[in-house]
Amino acid sequence: MTVADGPKIASLADLFAIAYQIEADAVERYTLLAEQMQTHNNPDLVKVFRDLARAEGIHAEEIRRQAGDIDVVVHARKMAKWKKGESPEEADLGAAHYLMTPWHALRLALTSEEQALAFFAHVVETTKDVKVKDMAKEFVEEEAEHVNLVHRLLKKYPRPPESWSQDSDLAIPQE
Amino acid sequence: MTAEVRPLCKPAEYKSDIKPVWCPGCGDYHVLMSFTRAFAELGLPPEQIAVISGIGCSSRIPAYTSCYGFHGVHGRSLALAAGLKVARSDLTVVVASGDGDGYSIGGNHFIHACRRNIDMTYVVMDNHIYGMTKGQPSPTTEPEFDTALSPGGTGLRPFHPLVIALASGANFVARAFSGNPNETASIIVEAIRHPGFSFIEILSPCVTFRPDEKAWKDLVHPAPVEATNDPGKASRRIMTDDGFNIGILYRGDRRPYQLHMGQASAELAELEREFET
Repeated sequence: MTVADGPKIASLADLFAIAYQIEADAVERYTLLAEQMQTHNNPDLVKVFRDLARAEGIHAEEIRRQAGDIDVVVHARKMAKWKKGESPEEADLGAAHYLMTPWHALRLALTSEEQALAFFAHVVETTKDVKVKDMAKEFVEEEAEHVNLVHRLLKKYPRPPESWSQDSDLAIPQE
Repeated sequence: MTAEVRPLCKPAEYKSDIKPVWCPGCGDYHVLMSFTRAFAELGLPPEQIAVISGIGCSSRIPAYTSCYGFHGVHGRSLALAAGLKVARSDLTVVVASGDGDGYSIGGNHFIHACRRNIDMTYVVMDNHIYGMTKGQPSPTTEPEFDTALSPGGTGLRPFHPLVIALASGANFVARAFSGNPNETASIIVEAIRHPGFSFIEILSPCVTFRPDEKAWKDLVHPAPVEATNDPGKASRRIMTDDGFNIGILYRGDRRPYQLHMGQASAELAELEREFET
């Protein structure tokens, strides 16, 4: 995804709808990753992804409140679509691994938050609408705080050794 | 009296409560996402869609949707789907398969489904390996790919499904990459809308037995030219591309298969009398 691939923002309603959808997409993606980890018996990661989903859900609700009378859910369904790539906070499913660690999950989250930050920064740079620009600046500040939060969390989880993906119970190719 | 207007479904409403058991990182998760996004985009109610499959990792997909589904016999998904579509032409029929199920066990059905040109959409999740049965070479495995079952590689020429589809009469041919679910969903939408037999090969990495396929996301690129309606031209392009051209490559204009309602089915009583005598 590049920031230019995002939907066009022509009004404050568009901005709120997209901001809401970005968080809602993140909830869905982290929930899916938590379910994958549940299926593959990686309980530490189930908790990390569920916590991330919960945090994104709180952000989504905050945006819905901020939007006031704007029905962000309905408006987002009409226009918050990415033709290329995925929305900024949809963590890369292809990077998942059944033996991944909390460090890997947080690295995925960091990339997602950085993409969201870049998206809103692009809106600030390109919009001519003063109201949209002011609100986008607030979203930039919020996303920057999320980036910092993930950096702080990463300090609690050191990078795992290179052998993290070695499985003592490997799937054995048929011979 | 006003007709009840049913709200359009969201993508999540096309997912069932059954959680996929694919390996984390598998491309098929993205394909499922593309299915649900495409169905939502088309505004089709789940009960008007039938997802039919054979056997293999990819063929688990019907169970993960809330649509009608049939998880059939190995390699026979297209035969099942053809029967269903002929009997229930009102349904949107989407067939899911993998490179083993679709090109090896079901290879003959593939050719004849293209030839018959029945109005349905065939999606093959191609990972160039038999994943579910632990990593045997499939018809699209590269000849030099070294496995415990094929030391030094099979040395066999890989199947070229897109060209075979064109030569056999498929009416719509496209290649997609699972890691781009929105683009893939758009291609599925176009395939379903296009009359006749539509074939989409989705490059869908197997992270367990083909971890090298993670590199596909950096290799895929949009097809440099628009789709053609000339199968010869499309074949030449596909035969000479790098295998990573993504997009709609061919849109044909062959008339889809029509069921000819003959006298025999109209005169059921007469038929019954024949059995009685």
